[in-house]
Amino acid sequence: MMRIDCPHCGPRAQSEFGYERTLDSIVTLDMPADEAMARLYARANPRGLDDELWRHGLGCRQWIVLRRHRVTHEIVGVAAFDPAILS
Amino acid sequence: MNGPGRIGRDETATLRFTFDGRSLCARPGDTLAAALLANGVGLVARSFKYHRPRGIMAAGVEEPNALVTVGEGGRTEPNTRATDVFVYEGMVARSQNRWPSLAFDLGAVNALAAPVLAAGFYYKTFFGPPARWMVYEKLIRRAAGLGKPPTLADPDRHQHRAAFCDVLVVGGGPAGLAAADDAARGGARVILVEQDRALGGCALRGDGEMPTSDAALRAAGVRILTRTTASGVWDHGFVTLAERLVEPGEAPPPGQPAQRLWHVRAERIVLATGAIERPVTFAGNDRPGVMLSQAVRTYIRRFDVLPGRRVVIATNNDDAYRTAEAVAAAGGEVVAILDSRPDFTEVARAAKERFRVHTNAFPHSTKGRSGRLRSIGADIWTERHSFDADLLAMSGGFTPVVHLHSQAGGKLDWRADIQAFVPGASAQAITSVGGAAGEVAPIGTNAVHLPHPKHSFVDFQNDVTAADIDLAWQEGYRSVEHLKRYTTLGMATDQGKTSNMAALARLASVAGVDIPQAGLTTFRAPFTPLALGALAGPDGGGHAAPRRRLALHDRHAALAPVWQPLGYWDRPRAYPAAGESLNDAAIREARAVRTSAGIIDVSTLAKFAVSGPDAAALLEMVCATGVAKLGVGRGRYTFMLRDDGMVMDDGTVWRLDETRWLLTSSTGGADRMEAHLSYVHRVLAPHLRVSVVAQQEHFAGIALAGPLAPTILAGLTGQAPPAHMGLAEASIAAVRVLILAASYSGERAFEIYAPGAIAGPVWDALDRATCAQGGCPYGLEALEFLRIEKGHVVIGAEADGRTTPHDLGLGRMLRKAGGYVGAQALGRPALSAPDRLQLVGLETAEASLPEGAMLVARAGAPVEGHVTSAAQRVLGQGGIALGLLAGGRARLGDRLIAASPTRGRHVAVTVTQPLFYDPEGERYRD
Repeated sequence: MMRIDCPHCGPRAQSEFGYERTLDSIVTLDMPADEAMARLYARANPRGLDDELWRHGLGCRQWIVLRRHRVTHEIVGVAAFDPAILS
Repeated sequence: MNGPGRIGRDETATLRFTFDGRSLCARPGDTLAAALLANGVGLVARSFKYHRPRGIMAAGVEEPNALVTVGEGGRTEPNTRATDVFVYEGMVARSQNRWPSLAFDLGAVNALAAPVLAAGFYYKTFFGPPARWMVYEKLIRRAAGLGKPPTLADPDRHQHRAAFCDVLVVGGGPAGLAAADDAARGGARVILVEQDRALGGCALRGDGEMPTSDAALRAAGVRILTRTTASGVWDHGFVTLAERLVEPGEAPPPGQPAQRLWHVRAERIVLATGAIERPVTFAGNDRPGVMLSQAVRTYIRRFDVLPGRRVVIATNNDDAYRTAEAVAAAGGEVVAILDSRPDFTEVARAAKERFRVHTNAFPHSTKGRSGRLRSIGADIWTERHSFDADLLAMSGGFTPVVHLHSQAGGKLDWRADIQAFVPGASAQAITSVGGAAGEVAPIGTNAVHLPHPKHSFVDFQNDVTAADIDLAWQEGYRSVEHLKRYTTLGMATDQGKTSNMAALARLASVAGVDIPQAGLTTFRAPFTPLALGALAGPDGGGHAAPRRRLALHDRHAALAPVWQPLGYWDRPRAYPAAGESLNDAAIREARAVRTSAGIIDVSTLAKFAVSGPDAAALLEMVCATGVAKLGVGRGRYTFMLRDDGMVMDDGTVWRLDETRWLLTSSTGGADRMEAHLSYVHRVLAPHLRVSVVAQQEHFAGIALAGPLAPTILAGLTGQAPPAHMGLAEASIAAVRVLILAASYSGERAFEIYAPGAIAGPVWDALDRATCAQGGCPYGLEALEFLRIEKGHVVIGAEADGRTTPHDLGLGRMLRKAGGYVGAQALGRPALSAPDRLQLVGLETAEASLPEGAMLVARAGAPVEGHVTSAAQRVLGQGGIALGLLAGGRARLGDRLIAASPTRGRHVAVTVTQPLFYDPEGERYRD
């Protein structure tokens, strides 16, 4: 079980968090259909570091972004979700 | 005197136990293996495939042969390693995989069939007629195998416990003790785990000294857990420890758990897990009396047991010479030392003064009778020799226990001098020390001498010989992972702890490559077998899925309903009268709703208070239907989509005033909807000024439905009830309630909400008034009949995660302008393909039709859809159902078969509109 350093609560067990999706698969409501579908079905899915949206659902209930290695599970960065990255 | 036995007089053997019914004595501190050897018992098991007689080979958890069943009744533990269970008073142990007895086992005829049961036997039976496998399977299941699992429930409790530490030290040998001592002196919080009952590791067999003591470590604040196995190392320093508080089969003290599973988060991990000695591969190396050299030393020095009187030692390293010393000191005779290395090492030269030492010497075969070793054949230089001996102590080198390092993602490096892998770069803060890090005796690496590969066992537990590995290679199994699956090598309870390196060496030699090129199978948790009870911990029985209580639970319980789990709750399925069947009760209740009135507890529906100036904007992003134009005091049906256009959930949305809304959705989807609302608000539209409060359990809800519902409600509230899809506030039994005029049943209906804590009197008043009108409370079963007649979809049945609004006939309700989650996906061509599964109704003259049945044109024809929900008509006769059918909307009137072979039912059905009752909706409108 991973340990996630919540920017609001500090280090907590993974079981308190829920994975939502990678940042590059967020579909905003004003996105053209082609781009939306590309984000859902043709995203990068790297064998390495990726940026992921998680929620501390059994804690502060805030959305956070993990930069996580998808093979080793190493977490190299955690930050509060900043909506500005979608614009 | 011949065979194994206790050294000196055995006055302290005070514990009584039985093995196969025979009463024996053990010393406190004996493992079962030590006690059996002390009692002269050499034959303890029959092998997995060939039923060959087997004895005790090791002294630790790596034991492949001596698997026994320990305990009785629900405490029975099959496949317990005799070397990994300490004798307690009254212990009952039995041998396995033999019939009628261990000494005379009819299954041993399998050995005659050995050529047939070679590598890949299982796979090969799959070729050719399937009937052949059916025959083989029965034979194999009877003949091959391990112990039988108990059939009774485990009577014991198991505990889970969490802990945090700075340093977790795994292994209580000299290296681990030193590491724990160091860390504790530096002020760290230290946990030290040892799978044995005693600390000491190799010091227990006289190799090295303990650098500190149990007491000193405890005084320094170290938490010491003995009889505790570090079972798995996971991500970010998370380690699971399995602690045995009593031995297998032993009853714990009253109120105490039998096992405890620790969840430890460690900042640093020190692996002092030692090394496991490897057997030597030669013909008959599996016979009782052939043991690992260090194990022989352990039995002599730790348990005062001499496993044999006339001892031959076969080795490729210097370590085994210590065993010669131990045997001689205990009064045994060292017949010969067979050293496979061509030159005398310093240690060998010194030993030559006292023992008969041969270099370039290899055992090639063993002879014995009745489970006793009699003699050993050996090739020494160019000559054949035979030695009379009852014990062969073998040492094929040492394999560092890198399991946990590897589980944690660490790399492995090859060391030619020990012919084994050692820990390389660590993926986490993990350090290996001592034997685990490769501090073991180097071995001679001259060519392997193996004249009889067919009788030379590599994996003892799975009866895999060197010839099986050769055969797998010949048949094209190149990868070590394939080799494992084809031969079963390295599987079962020992996971190849003693066999993997020898197998790799054999594979590499037939492949003509170096061992590192041959590869290595993946190390997986658990390190040793782990009881399911320990994994489950306290989460069994009623705790497996804790139930939540409805606010009105006691009111229902007083009516003795049939309960049905729904989401986290138990809800009444029906309220049968005395002697009434569930189905009869449900039909009676549903008819009451159609003809007079009924009440049902709908408290579990998800409820969200959405408020703020941008509340409507958020709801229009979440809901795929029009919302914002709804007038104050009005509500409507709505549904929500996922990004991919599939229906995620449905419910109703109500405008309480200009900026306050109430959204309801399905019981089971409440958590998902809570997260989804947060996602849409906080991630997609953080600029919206809106607050969302989940109120699922705050409000109890009671639906009142039936043609008499308006009369009943007016009588209780003293005011006119709201029109269909309208809402009102009122008082019932002096409790303020919110009334939503929504119908799920197809009759005039009202959902009445009040805070759960004070909702009891509301239920009582509604119950009295409804019953006075000839109505009654109704449960989920009647609700199901009513909604199927009306064609209302249920999330999880009709909306199964693969259905779009179009598939469910809801396309007309979609908001044309888009702007909601899932809108972009609905334009995909595949989502409007004509052959998609579409919601249809199905009817039959039979009384019912089976849910889940396949829809086919005739028996044997391709499946074209399935029945999602089925019911009987509430007032009429015959069975009705909702189903998903390929291109279904264009197929009204088609005749199909609803086929359920598993229930032996084939029902002729006609495809209809998914609406069986009051198609114009006249009954619920005002």
